[in-house]
Amino acid sequence: MDLTCLTAHKLLELLDNKEITVEEILDALFERIERLQPKLSAFASFDKKEAISRWQKNKERIKDKRLFGIPILIKDNICVKDELTTCASRILKDFKPPYNATVIDRLEASGAILLGKANMDEFAFGSSTESSAYYITRNPWDLDRVPGGSSGGSACAVASHQTILALGSDTGGSIRQPASFCGAVGLKPTYGRVSRYGLIAFASSLDQIGPITKDVEDAAILLSVISGYDPKDSTSAQIPVPDYRKIIKEPVKGMKIGIPKEYFQEGIDKEVELSIKEAINKFKDLGAICEEISLPHTEYAVSVYYLVATAEASSNLARYDGVQYGYRAPSPSAPQPPSPLLDMYKRTRAEGFGAEAKRRILLGTFALSSGYYDAYYLRALKVRTLIKQDFDEAFERFDCILTPTSPTAAFKIGEKIEDPLTMYLSDIFTISVNLAGIPGVSIPCGFTKEKLPIGLQILGKPFDEATILKAAYNFEQATEYHLRSPSL
Amino acid sequence: MVIDIDTVRYVAELARLHLEEKDIEYFTGQLARILEYVEKIKKLDVEKVSPTSHPLSLKNIFREDKVMPSLSPEEATANAPFKSGNLFVVPRIIE
Repeated sequence: MDLTCLTAHKLLELLDNKEITVEEILDALFERIERLQPKLSAFASFDKKEAISRWQKNKERIKDKRLFGIPILIKDNICVKDELTTCASRILKDFKPPYNATVIDRLEASGAILLGKANMDEFAFGSSTESSAYYITRNPWDLDRVPGGSSGGSACAVASHQTILALGSDTGGSIRQPASFCGAVGLKPTYGRVSRYGLIAFASSLDQIGPITKDVEDAAILLSVISGYDPKDSTSAQIPVPDYRKIIKEPVKGMKIGIPKEYFQEGIDKEVELSIKEAINKFKDLGAICEEISLPHTEYAVSVYYLVATAEASSNLARYDGVQYGYRAPSPSAPQPPSPLLDMYKRTRAEGFGAEAKRRILLGTFALSSGYYDAYYLRALKVRTLIKQDFDEAFERFDCILTPTSPTAAFKIGEKIEDPLTMYLSDIFTISVNLAGIPGVSIPCGFTKEKLPIGLQILGKPFDEATILKAAYNFEQATEYHLRSPSL
Repeated sequence: MVIDIDTVRYVAELARLHLEEKDIEYFTGQLARILEYVEKIKKLDVEKVSPTSHPLSLKNIFREDKVMPSLSPEEATANAPFKSGNLFVVPRIIE
């Protein structure tokens, strides 16, 4: 039995019955990581001895055994005390946080084992993991293709069985799109569902941490562990966390599902479209009621997002100035610049940030600058209201909404990296969700002729992750796409 | 054009980002294309729409005025690129 290929809920059952040991799981996983890291580069950092010793030390802190002995990979923008946390950026090259993110405390209190950190686009700026300062992560189904991004390392590692579970972060699709490209399950929870304390900020009105897993039940388990109010994050909501694992197993008969016509217009790949239509039919077979709806402001989402997200990013990234932590550019030997401090800031940021980070800082600073603020940033916030209202209206009549996760399957490495606008447009189906703050999950729903996974996105009402996970679980149990693995 | 080389140079200065001349040209072209695309939000009438800066309707979140555990000076300065004792060292500001 290859333990690496099993789900968390299966491993929990085997551990409970004492049929396997935690050591066996770790040995099998690290053997696989050692073999696949040179091929796929999913990890930013890992260390078997460190993972084991950390877990041993943590044992006294375990409060419940919901994830006892289950290995998890953490995206490199989530702070793990005393472990490298770099956002795949040169500017945080040697950064070791002095504290844990709340999600890390919760995982460790449930007995999970931290395997290491996952590669990502620098500061989560990207849709392909090509803008990592480390290296490019590859898609496990086709090594010439991207795994998606920005949580590309997390999704790749789950799909290639180098970890059992993973955490990603999603600001405009960064969990769902890579999950879709790699054939995994990726959930972006409602804004406020999961504490962001210790998540290195990209766009504070959009960011959420969420699970990337092999199946829906694992996503439900992981979500229940990391969710809930946290006094350290003033945007976390004081809303009770339901028993997701139980609810998802209820049938979807009578569930009302909206299909937004704007998601099936030009630009969508024919194979993706066909696959989503088959998924809709499957839901009808399961007794759900599917009807076409309209989300009329969909076409403005990319514009709004790239103004709002970059404005917030430019402000959040102002903290990287070479003073309190991170990289500092060496001072010039001669001549002494007129303002040595200002000069240090500017060169530190020039040398520390990659091209996409610079582009977003420039765009965001521009949108916020005097003379352009009203025309760009403020107007974008108003259009954001219209996008949110589209969803509010749809959810008055429907329990959830079905769409493709991405207009295409995984694209080729190098295909879009030189053309930022084309890269931004690949997020077209995922970013409205972040602007509206609602939850969304991507699950495998088919394969292209070239054997690349296709993702189905299910969107729900705020704080109603249970319904979208229920829909996802019912679809998954009625299909076999989640059982396929890439041959590596 | 929505954005020109001088504007990018000015914005880079605001963002405390040193850019070489060739970078300024490179970014100007790309930003112009992106801004041209986002212009479409100007088509909509948003006169009567209020802005959404945040998806949750939250108002002032206060915590109790109570001392909680926090980082020691050693921990807080552990990642500093340059320090002296528990102080951050920066280039000279005042002559």
